[in-house]
Amino acid sequence: MWKILRQIVVTGVRTQTAPESDDTLRVEAGRIQSDVLEILGRALAIRAVDAGSCNGCELEIHALNNPYYNIEGLGIRFVASPRHADMLLVTGPVSRNMEVALRRTYDATPDPKLVVAVGDCGCDGGLFGETYATCGRVANIIPVDVVVPGCPPEPLEILRGILTAVRRGRTAAP
Amino acid sequence: MAIGVRDLDVDLQRLAAPLPVWRGSVGPDAWRAAARTVSDRGGRLVALWGSDRRDDPAGAFVVSVAYAVDDGLAWLELPLSGGARPEPYPDLSSLFPGAGRMQRAAADLLGIVAAGAKDCRPWLNHGAWPVERHPLRLDDDGQARDAAGPTADYAFVRVEGDGVHEIPVGPVHAGIIEPGHFRFAVVGEKVLRLEQRLGYTHKGTEKRFTQWPALDAHRLAGRVSGDSTVAYAWACCMALESATDCAVPQRAIGLRALMLERERVANHLGDLGALGNDAGLAFGLAQYSRLREDWLRLSREAFGHRLMMDCVVPGGVARDVGAASADAMLRQCDAIEREVRTLRAIYEEHAGLQDRFIGTGRVSTELAARLGLTGLAARASGLARDLRCDLPAAPYDRLEVRMAIHRNGDVGARAAVRLEEIFESLRLIRELLQSLRAGDTRAVPVLPAGPAAGAGWVEGWRGEIFVALELGGAAQGHRIQRCHCHDPSWHNWPVLEHAVIGNIVPDFPLINKSFNLSYSGHDL
Repeated sequence: MWKILRQIVVTGVRTQTAPESDDTLRVEAGRIQSDVLEILGRALAIRAVDAGSCNGCELEIHALNNPYYNIEGLGIRFVASPRHADMLLVTGPVSRNMEVALRRTYDATPDPKLVVAVGDCGCDGGLFGETYATCGRVANIIPVDVVVPGCPPEPLEILRGILTAVRRGRTAAP
Repeated sequence: MAIGVRDLDVDLQRLAAPLPVWRGSVGPDAWRAAARTVSDRGGRLVALWGSDRRDDPAGAFVVSVAYAVDDGLAWLELPLSGGARPEPYPDLSSLFPGAGRMQRAAADLLGIVAAGAKDCRPWLNHGAWPVERHPLRLDDDGQARDAAGPTADYAFVRVEGDGVHEIPVGPVHAGIIEPGHFRFAVVGEKVLRLEQRLGYTHKGTEKRFTQWPALDAHRLAGRVSGDSTVAYAWACCMALESATDCAVPQRAIGLRALMLERERVANHLGDLGALGNDAGLAFGLAQYSRLREDWLRLSREAFGHRLMMDCVVPGGVARDVGAASADAMLRQCDAIEREVRTLRAIYEEHAGLQDRFIGTGRVSTELAARLGLTGLAARASGLARDLRCDLPAAPYDRLEVRMAIHRNGDVGARAAVRLEEIFESLRLIRELLQSLRAGDTRAVPVLPAGPAAGAGWVEGWRGEIFVALELGGAAQGHRIQRCHCHDPSWHNWPVLEHAVIGNIVPDFPLINKSFNLSYSGHDL
């Protein structure tokens, strides 16, 4: 036990400050009233849905849980069911085989809800495009509030996208 | 038992790949005989896939198989007569159980079927396109999207008896994981049977390749499974370079290996943290994920991308590593080694953690060999298989990689192999950095005038990645006729079904994580 404690003390606090939100990432304006966002912004439950990604985006979403980004410290946590979620974080070009599952997950998420599409594939279909097997971008299947481009986007950019979705009207000072 | 390429008794031609890969055409009898020889004498099936070559002069559908033997890899092709209604080919799944799903995938994509295969259920086709449609055929443009039909019913194998019930899980899972469906048959807490249904992330990648510029194929290959982007890009470039007979500069080969080992360490660090977490030690996740983050940040600094995507390019690497980055990497190896040693001691002395690790999700050596387990999971079950040691190509031929091997075949063994591989990769990274040759980092491949074939074979962090490439000549506009990317997960997913038998349901996430298989790499 002392070794664990020693390692914790030696490691210290590595958490960095969170990024400012960025309104250019917003694709859907004014879907949710700002007073609701004030509440969601303080304790946000996210359900991550991989709708067909290559798993690159998942690696970077995972990284959000590491001590550098410490998203739980910001009141954000990932939950195991869409029924507990305020936000869906969706990756991938939506594969045809995940189309129904994504719709059902969206329907199972209680209103008011937010959707953030993560990665180039989620934004516009990426390298995979729209084919017999993929529906392309996430917005082709469910309404999307904010998109985070990148292949994959770095954790800080994903966090910026999440914060942008919940912190409307609280943009960075010029 | 020893087996060499010559024992197959097939007329083969060696491809210009850095690893020994031979290719040849066979008839149905030789196809059967070769399979029997490989199976009897301890060779293994690496991949099975189909191609539509009806626009060739002697065109036909072709089914291909890649066998690994002691002195290399044999890529055998069996042309199927019958034109648009190809004759069935002799089934391989009775000799190599792992081939079953590959055969089902080939049936979905190309309409070529194995005669006498036991399981003929669709695999990648979940009902989003009609069963008569085979998207990988030449006469299918791959674009047309069929109207969404009702989700096809899948005939899961039912387990019946007193007190048996089913737990369906997925495709949307509880964590930040890729989608797939698991059907557990349980009595109380105990798992009697697990059946997987995969294919949810099928993105039509193989069709996409045929519409993709050949010199850009590595970018698509690098997104077959994001966690293995370096291994895939290297395997794809190796295939392209072997088809175009392009010599890669020494410095670039060293840098590719450097990136491959960095990818291995990054994934192992992530997995060791996640394994701790799944066994209830959140401290492990916090510590290892911190180390992984440090590691990825330096990759970003040195190569321009945290996961090193698009850093391996045809003919070499996208950018050189400067002296400052090289120094930083050397220093980081020392720091990470120190930290991992501390964490290893903590994991080893933690009774609660070891209790969850030891004996959980066990795969015996015999079972692993029979089912064709590969990669790090195979090494944890006592099978000595590592391309970097077995058939070392430059730069591994001068590095004398020490293979990590354990016999227990449980979660603990798979964690131990990862730990040892981290230390070995750190050693390799140091050696690679200290022995980097001066010179160019990129040659320019020239696409050949006539049709050509190439192969890439790379030991990624999860296991061996194989890429078979068929290039069209100038007459075909240098089009990619076929690019088959094979992930080790094809072999290891079915073994996971066996590994959980008799374990309790709550141990499944831990067992699953200890394999950490790719959905996307498998679904393509």
